[in-house]
Amino acid sequence: MMRRLLVIVWLVAAAAAPVLAMQPPAAQSEYVPVKDLPPVDQLPAAPLLVAAYSFIWLVAMFYLWTIWRRLNKVETEMRALEQRQHRGGGR
Amino acid sequence: MRKAFLPLLVVTAAMFAYAPVMIAHADYESTMGLVQKVMYFHAPSGMVMLISAVVCGVASALFLWRKDPAADRVALAAAELTALFGLIVLVTGPLWARKAWGVWWVWEARLTMSFVGWLIAVGYLFVRKYGGPGSDKLGAALAVFGTANVPFIYVSVNIWRTMHPMTTVVPTLQAGMRGAFWFSALTLFMLYGLLLTARVHLERQRAVLDELYLAEEDRS
Repeated sequence: MMRRLLVIVWLVAAAAAPVLAMQPPAAQSEYVPVKDLPPVDQLPAAPLLVAAYSFIWLVAMFYLWTIWRRLNKVETEMRALEQRQHRGGGR
Repeated sequence: MRKAFLPLLVVTAAMFAYAPVMIAHADYESTMGLVQKVMYFHAPSGMVMLISAVVCGVASALFLWRKDPAADRVALAAAELTALFGLIVLVTGPLWARKAWGVWWVWEARLTMSFVGWLIAVGYLFVRKYGGPGSDKLGAALAVFGTANVPFIYVSVNIWRTMHPMTTVVPTLQAGMRGAFWFSALTLFMLYGLLLTARVHLERQRAVLDELYLAEEDRS
């Protein structure tokens, strides 16, 4: 008799387990303001992403500009030198 | 190449402008969310940095072996670009890490070795600028040494236990992320190619100018 009762209890418990597991999470008992979260969770991601992309744009543009400026300087010097040599050769 | 330079530059700029649209439409990573999208510029910049260090090392080895000034010009240009893309990696990485890890920087294997790789490139540029006579050969030896560091940077995340994502992340990207990643990578590879071409051209012009000055000195 006792053994049969234990089997019935075990079967009921086994059947109830999945039902209990599918229960929705406990209802929220209070709201937590964002400022009370850990610092990392408070940090907005968008400014970091925009900063990363903008940095690449700025660095690439700046570097291209420095190459253009240096090249201009060298070519101006070359033209001046060629003109000087041309004048020197004409004398 | 000179004729193709400007159209290619325009195409690259257009790709650069369109990349954020593709990245915005790419899937969000489950644990990091929006900030993980820094990966689309950060990882390809890291690839370019390593490729550039190898280009610099190989060109330097050629210069040491054959005394070819053209190889030296490529090495100098590649070193400058290694420093440039290294700077991008070292700035965008912490912007991602601040949100994902909670810190700007950690002295772990991948980050430390990348920093050392960047220092070697900057060191090369300082040697070339202030080293005086013979600095080309000294710099070339330093660049070969810097190239030896590249495989260690790459495999560091697989060998040592680090916080940095492993190298398997890129080959196993899901379809929703793969397109945006390789589009961004192609954009940065094209940018690298164009900047390298322009920088090598500058060095070539400088060499011509030096020859003109020498010719003038000989005449006077």
